[in-house]
Amino acid sequence: MAVMTYREALNLALREEMRRDPRVFVMGEEVGLYDGAYKVTQGLLREFGERRVVDTPICESGFTGVGIGAAMLGLRPVIEMMTFNFSILALDQIVNSAAKMLYMSGGQYNIPIVVRGPGGPAAQLAAQHSQSMESYFYHVPGLKVVRPSTPADAKGLLKSAIRDDNPVIFIEAETLYAVKGEVPEDPDFTIPLGRAAVRREGTDVTVIAYMGMMYRALEVAEELSKDGISVEIVDPRTLRPMDTETIIGSVRKTHRAVVLEAGAGFAGMGSEIAAFITESAFDDLDAPVERVTGENAPMPYAKNLEVLKTPSRAKIAAAIRKVCYA
Amino acid sequence: MITKVMMPKLSDAMETGKVIQWLKKEGEPVKGGDVIAEIETDKANVELEAFGSGVLRKILVQPGGQVPVGELIGIIADPSDDVSGLATAPVAANLGVSSAPAPSAPLVAVPDHETYRSVPATRTVVPATRAVAVAAAPVPVAGRVKASPLARKVAGQAGVDLRLIQGSGPGGRIVRRDVEAAATAPRMAPPPVPPARPAASVPARAAFVVPPRPEAEYDDVALSPIRTAIAKRMPLAKAPIPHFYVTADVAMDRAWALRAELNALEGQPKVSVNDLIIKACALALLKNPGVNASFQGQGIRVHHRAHIGVAVALDEGLITPVLRDCDVKPLGQIAVESRDLAERARGGKLRVPEMTGATFSISNLGMFDVDEFSAIINPPEGAILAVGSVVEKPVVENGEVRIGRRVKLTLSCDHRVMDGAMGARFLQDVKRLLQEPLRLLA
Repeated sequence: MAVMTYREALNLALREEMRRDPRVFVMGEEVGLYDGAYKVTQGLLREFGERRVVDTPICESGFTGVGIGAAMLGLRPVIEMMTFNFSILALDQIVNSAAKMLYMSGGQYNIPIVVRGPGGPAAQLAAQHSQSMESYFYHVPGLKVVRPSTPADAKGLLKSAIRDDNPVIFIEAETLYAVKGEVPEDPDFTIPLGRAAVRREGTDVTVIAYMGMMYRALEVAEELSKDGISVEIVDPRTLRPMDTETIIGSVRKTHRAVVLEAGAGFAGMGSEIAAFITESAFDDLDAPVERVTGENAPMPYAKNLEVLKTPSRAKIAAAIRKVCYA
Repeated sequence: MITKVMMPKLSDAMETGKVIQWLKKEGEPVKGGDVIAEIETDKANVELEAFGSGVLRKILVQPGGQVPVGELIGIIADPSDDVSGLATAPVAANLGVSSAPAPSAPLVAVPDHETYRSVPATRTVVPATRAVAVAAAPVPVAGRVKASPLARKVAGQAGVDLRLIQGSGPGGRIVRRDVEAAATAPRMAPPPVPPARPAASVPARAAFVVPPRPEAEYDDVALSPIRTAIAKRMPLAKAPIPHFYVTADVAMDRAWALRAELNALEGQPKVSVNDLIIKACALALLKNPGVNASFQGQGIRVHHRAHIGVAVALDEGLITPVLRDCDVKPLGQIAVESRDLAERARGGKLRVPEMTGATFSISNLGMFDVDEFSAIINPPEGAILAVGSVVEKPVVENGEVRIGRRVKLTLSCDHRVMDGAMGARFLQDVKRLLQEPLRLLA
């Protein structure tokens, strides 16, 4: 174990996988000479050379398409989106080519590609650069979607994503890059996709949250513990495939659930989780599943409005109290 | 969406209700489940909850206004909804009880006995006035019981009837904790005993003062809601029900000693003589289900639960909170719950479901130094037990006179439901249980 930042954990995962498998290469804007816009690819160009660390023009649809072609022919590209907001430009390549190729080629071409980069709200990035882009992808059959919350998860899940034979959308968070945590240095350490983690054990209510919302939930849980409310926090880590078993197991124990989501809530991850909890654990519920989501508005630039747009600790606490009838 | 706010019907006997106050103003936003007004019924003051969300657009009955059940008293709607038609229209559309006078029930008719209907879990009694004992029929407000899925599951496993539980969740939803409270323990530790009420507890010691003669030759006193209900209900109980009475003299020496021993135990709830009698009746009712029965017109309903109404005297009248499932509750729990119910009855804090659903009643005037008396049956129950004072007196045993403790119990029975022998057998069992009181602990 070593203590390192989320950013360093990602860098280590890339480095280890590139050492382990010569087919793995990274490609994207500023990933080489500039060491990556958020320094995730720092030092990779020096170690692996420009055939495996490829700087591209500013054209997401182009380099994502090149990556998919490379994957069809046997390579294992890791495509960096400078931010995931830019993946909208590559949506056609990801949704129509990467996600469907295995199906449409009758099983001839699988696409072992990872599209990674930061996403979700950060500090005053405003409307176009604060989006929780996962909702654009987890709806699509054929894509796996990962949102790792801790440095260890970042490393273990990125390695699993690279080793996966199918397209994986791997969305990090700018706000978490500097978060430090213990990370196994073992190059064989991986975390399988589709496994949730219980971040905090509790008995009264299950809060399902990932990334920044998960950390916020931990703070709220601490506050509420003073009032005798025991909060269990489940971090799904992989949104698709979703570890419904762990979530349902937790809800069966606590009988109440609150789902947090940074993005706007309509047809969001909260809706999906609330739906399958109701389907699978109806008779175990002592209250309707509650969602706390971002407001239905573009992210404002003004700091005070930005605070209003995102789920606050107060809103989270209120939702938890509501389902606990406290 | 437009939600009509109606005067709720909260008891069998209730025909009109009075708006005490509105807790929301016109134009104020309202969420479903919000308490919007306080209503005075013939039984109690209750909080009226909104069944829909929006804005309280119109208040049609001002505080102090008294209207028939079912009358439109307010309107909740979205700000954009047109409510002008509703707000000005007379109330003729509402259940038909308002414009035409309700046909008065024939006086000789036995009141219909309610099949168990859902008790609306949304209403709570607020402290203020007293509820009345005689109107203890199940509250006849139709509608499904709101309960969380888990509460339903737990209730099913524990054999708890959700219709009898007051929900504590939003909009009166019954949640798990409500079921568990009903299934296991008394809701709360008995509240501290308030300062003794001199009139009730130590009548003999109060100074005897004749008040000065008033100027007026007489006063006409308006009927309070509780007196109105008693006045209306009692003739419907006493007149049509053919009462007969059986009395027994019960030796209470062993019960008295057992009670003293129980009450000397530290950390145990204090048990009253009445608690012992409640438990004895509950067991005897199970053994004599014919007494635990109600006349239903075409048939007799035989109850297999001993839900016992325990009469509590208030200054304003009588109230009978119901102690449920006395047949299966241990004596200590009966003691805690009966005291809790009585205290809350005196504080006017009983909930509606706690005043309904008894299968048998006990009225105890022992504290008033009464030898014996006969009580009026509280329909749809089939019998009621009247308890006098436990007194020391000379008793003859084996040809010798000694001092013993005795109490006189008088059972009033509905002859349509049972005959003398059945009532006597029941009383015999109560007597035996009280004279062999360890059976009450078994």
